[in-house]
Amino acid sequence: MSDLRDHAEDVHEQFSDHIDVSVDDVEERLQTLVGEYKVPVDEARRSVTSHYLDEAGMERDALGGGSGSNDHVQVADVEEDERWIDVTAKVVDLWDPRSDAVAQVGLLGDESGTIKFTAFASSDLPKLEEGAVYDLGNLVTDEYQGSYSVKLNRTTTIEKLDEDIEVGDDSTTVEGALVAMQAGSGLIKRCPEDDCTRVLQNGRCSEHGEVEGEFDLRIKGVVDDGMDAHEVIFDKETTEAVTDISLEEAKDMAMDALDTTVVADEIRDLVIGDYYRVSGPTFGRYVLADDVEALTEPVDPAPVLSRARSM
Amino acid sequence: MSQAPTREVAKRVFAREFNDATFTFKESDEERAPNFALLPTGDRANRVFVVGTLTETEDIGDDSEYWRGRVVGPTGTFFVYAGQYQPDATAFLRDAAAPEYVAVVGKPSTFETDDGNVNVSLRPESITASDETARERWVVEAAERTLDRIEAFEDETNEYAEMARDEYDTAVETYRREVVEALDSIVEDADEPEPEAAP
Repeated sequence: MSDLRDHAEDVHEQFSDHIDVSVDDVEERLQTLVGEYKVPVDEARRSVTSHYLDEAGMERDALGGGSGSNDHVQVADVEEDERWIDVTAKVVDLWDPRSDAVAQVGLLGDESGTIKFTAFASSDLPKLEEGAVYDLGNLVTDEYQGSYSVKLNRTTTIEKLDEDIEVGDDSTTVEGALVAMQAGSGLIKRCPEDDCTRVLQNGRCSEHGEVEGEFDLRIKGVVDDGMDAHEVIFDKETTEAVTDISLEEAKDMAMDALDTTVVADEIRDLVIGDYYRVSGPTFGRYVLADDVEALTEPVDPAPVLSRARSM
Repeated sequence: MSQAPTREVAKRVFAREFNDATFTFKESDEERAPNFALLPTGDRANRVFVVGTLTETEDIGDDSEYWRGRVVGPTGTFFVYAGQYQPDATAFLRDAAAPEYVAVVGKPSTFETDDGNVNVSLRPESITASDETARERWVVEAAERTLDRIEAFEDETNEYAEMARDEYDTAVETYRREVVEALDSIVEDADEPEPEAAP
């Protein structure tokens, strides 16, 4: 039971400045959930904390994760929304914030991979330096369309470390037949505004209206191995490599036909039904192909044959 | 996590099993709910991927073009039908110079003949030219996926296996033998000496 007592003391410490509550009260609430209702300790603690937050009229943000109770996790293991965590990570990249409310936004990396981070101006934190490694305490995880990120907040502790981290490669590899090519493939036009690059629909950018677009080449496709269908995006370089059609040639084709869709038709005939191995980072539901290999070498049927015979 | 409906995976299945998949069903009453063929090894298929040899094409339409293609795998034939609603596939079959290797992505489709038999065919989403290594890769892949299904057939939670037991009489052993037959055919091919290159 000393375990619950520790948790109770932690929770009590967080609230003692705000509401009149004793450690015994907290422990009793925890005990009810854990003992009677068989709730795991983590969840019980979360629930009890929520109760006192309500009672104190506080936001969870105001609290932080408590003293040393967070899990120290690898960034690739973040797969739950609204968890308090600690990480040790390198600032891999800093991006330009799109809003004044954001102080810093960029990419943190550790051995397991990378994750987006956001620090809000209101949190008033010291700035992180690109390339430096930090011990970061009390981050909150966030989820948007299946992608996870971490948010720094007022209670986040930042300690710069004098070490380097070899940032892991979090790219995934999918293999299978390219069974479909989606709309928005082939010769496309992008918005030329700085940092926009949105794909134009009928010459219009959803953000900047009618613009003189810049041509680009890409494939949005589906790689399917009979078990899962993975959506993939080939950029200009990989599309050129796979189809042997350069952006210039694609523009000429479209010019000759007075129609850009001939490019997509040609590409479709070249890639559909072929087998590929595609690797790259995932973005939402897409694998962004950094590396595409056409699988043209023969496969050995022997292992599958012996499996079939032994069944 | 809310998401758009996920795309149906293209199942890998050999011709005999595919042509035995005469029972079709929907998972919901909604108007646009996808139609599934019940595979006899206990899985559902709303989409299929096949690489084989296109051996014959014929326009069997009366008023408008309606093409039938025979796509032959190591153990049997897939029938592919394309009409005005599949313009790309129709054009491909019209211009095809059989025999040639093709890759077909398509939807299973059934129709009942006058004598009460149910024929299973493929309504193509795409037909594209393929080659021999892709065909062999497909045979090995279809073999693996079929063995996966056979292994899962006895799982108590496998609702499609239960459905297959109710709807079909053929033992899954038939399809294990079909896998062996398919793989044997490409192993034999590999054992044959390479033909001498023409001078």
